[in-house]
Amino acid sequence: MCGMTITEKILARASNRERVTAGDVVFASVDKVMVHDVSGPGVMMVLRELERKGKRVERVWDPDRVWIAEDHFVPAVDKIAAENIITLERMSERFGIKKHFRYGLGQYGICHTLSHEEAMVLPGEVYVGGDSHTNTTGALGCFATGMGHTDIAYVLIHGKIWFRVPETLLFRLEGHIPPYIMAKDIILKIIGDNGTDVANYKAMQFAGSAVAEMPMDERFTLTNMTTEAGAKNGIIEPDERTIAYVKERTDRPFKALKGDDDAEYEEVFTYEVDELEPIVAKPYSPANIAYARELNSVEIDRAYIGSCTGAKYTDLLEAARILKGRKAKVRLEVLPASQSIYMKALKDGLLSIFLEAGAVIGPPTCGACCGAHMGVLAKDEVCVSTTNRNFPGRMGHVESKTYLASPKVVAASAVTGRITDPRDVADG
Amino acid sequence: MMKGRVHKYARDNIDTDVIIPGPYLKIMDHNELAKHAMEGIDREFVKKVKKGDFILAGRNFGCGSSREHAPIALSYAGISAVLALSFARIFYRNAVDGAYLLPIEIGEDAYNGIEDGDELEIDIERNEVRNISKGKVYAMRPFPPLIKRIVDAGGLFNYTPE
Repeated sequence: MCGMTITEKILARASNRERVTAGDVVFASVDKVMVHDVSGPGVMMVLRELERKGKRVERVWDPDRVWIAEDHFVPAVDKIAAENIITLERMSERFGIKKHFRYGLGQYGICHTLSHEEAMVLPGEVYVGGDSHTNTTGALGCFATGMGHTDIAYVLIHGKIWFRVPETLLFRLEGHIPPYIMAKDIILKIIGDNGTDVANYKAMQFAGSAVAEMPMDERFTLTNMTTEAGAKNGIIEPDERTIAYVKERTDRPFKALKGDDDAEYEEVFTYEVDELEPIVAKPYSPANIAYARELNSVEIDRAYIGSCTGAKYTDLLEAARILKGRKAKVRLEVLPASQSIYMKALKDGLLSIFLEAGAVIGPPTCGACCGAHMGVLAKDEVCVSTTNRNFPGRMGHVESKTYLASPKVVAASAVTGRITDPRDVADG
Repeated sequence: MMKGRVHKYARDNIDTDVIIPGPYLKIMDHNELAKHAMEGIDREFVKKVKKGDFILAGRNFGCGSSREHAPIALSYAGISAVLALSFARIFYRNAVDGAYLLPIEIGEDAYNGIEDGDELEIDIERNEVRNISKGKVYAMRPFPPLIKRIVDAGGLFNYTPE
């Protein structure tokens, strides 16, 4: 009998079993659950429907394990969005949920960034969120997955939910990361090579020397985009860097888990990162990749630095290094992923660099990444973006075009007005 | 037994952004969402669809976001089942746990053999898809045991774990 992967170990612990194997169906206890201004009102709608059937929900299973983010349509873009924020306020009040990050009241931002910045989730935990990019948080070594609002409502009441234990695809990233390559290039390469459903119903785990040398921010980019490969969860076994990152943010105890040496992986993929070149995903799929240099003739109208994928502090820092002392030739937007990142970027002078380059700086929000607001694209407009999806209509008009790239590529492209490899601008 | 006409979209990766575009996510009214179903792929869809109809598509249907708005919009537009070569995991869960519509996994034979506008019957007890227009019968992939129990119960909230 072979050992267990980290994903299997977490799900075994959460379902009170000695062991689980890929394919088992378990009802697992959930440690943390998150809703935002789209999924929270959805949950409340489910609860209203239960009440209509005579099953009023008086309390959630554990209000201290529930947390709320405001990120998609904030600051409230219109009356409906404003009502959804009020729904969230009523939800926290009714159920006694203390961790509610409100815009305009200090620290707030995109849920997937807060999940690790604020240590809302800890290594070894089972974490479900009402958003598909919940996978992001798995870089802490937890089982993190996204669900719809019916499932989330069920978790709020019962504290558990069903899972089919996923098979694990192991991605070994070996070698050293060249200075012009970011985690975004690596994950786009993986999705481009293997397709947007390679990991459907499965776990994507990352390991190897290149992962070990990545800062946490970069690891979150890898796990964030496992969603674009269809994965149930993305995960990285915790190392000293992970533990230090968490301990800087909380003194709550946690039990970090690792997989067994003889764990079984469905497939192992190896990438030598030294050989990688900057990559861009063309419209209309994250798998539709090309080298940035192959796309140098593509003229752009917009450059967008934002989202849970591409507006963490490291993302802003890398973009600023290229933009320093330069002017953007196209409209450039920068939306830090959270208030604390915004403040750090302010204190460290990054915001001055962006402003001097001509950028408009927006508040932390999902914004135009999901076509909601803050720079939505018109028909035929071309945008190079640090975000995670480029489906038709994702950032605006169904005939707009989004090219997905690393913050370095986006910054270099903003400077030239064409899709540009960071090596082709000085300091890139 | 479900009976209806099929709307075929012969492509893979029909994502949640084309099923219900992002700007509508703030809308919670199911009937309002239904007015925009499939807007990113076919603006005529909501005019053509009748209650009980089916969608037929390729691989990885419903990929992308966790928005439950996607199966809700399709369901309230009239769709009772989506037949596809495969489904993205969150769309599948949402469809079943919320009891909005049935995600039916079919093989290449059914995908290629069924044409837009064909009249179908779906029998989830016999795991059969019958093409009444063409007089052919195809196998559907049986639901895994837990999924079948949730479907039979009428959604996750009506299901009692044993």
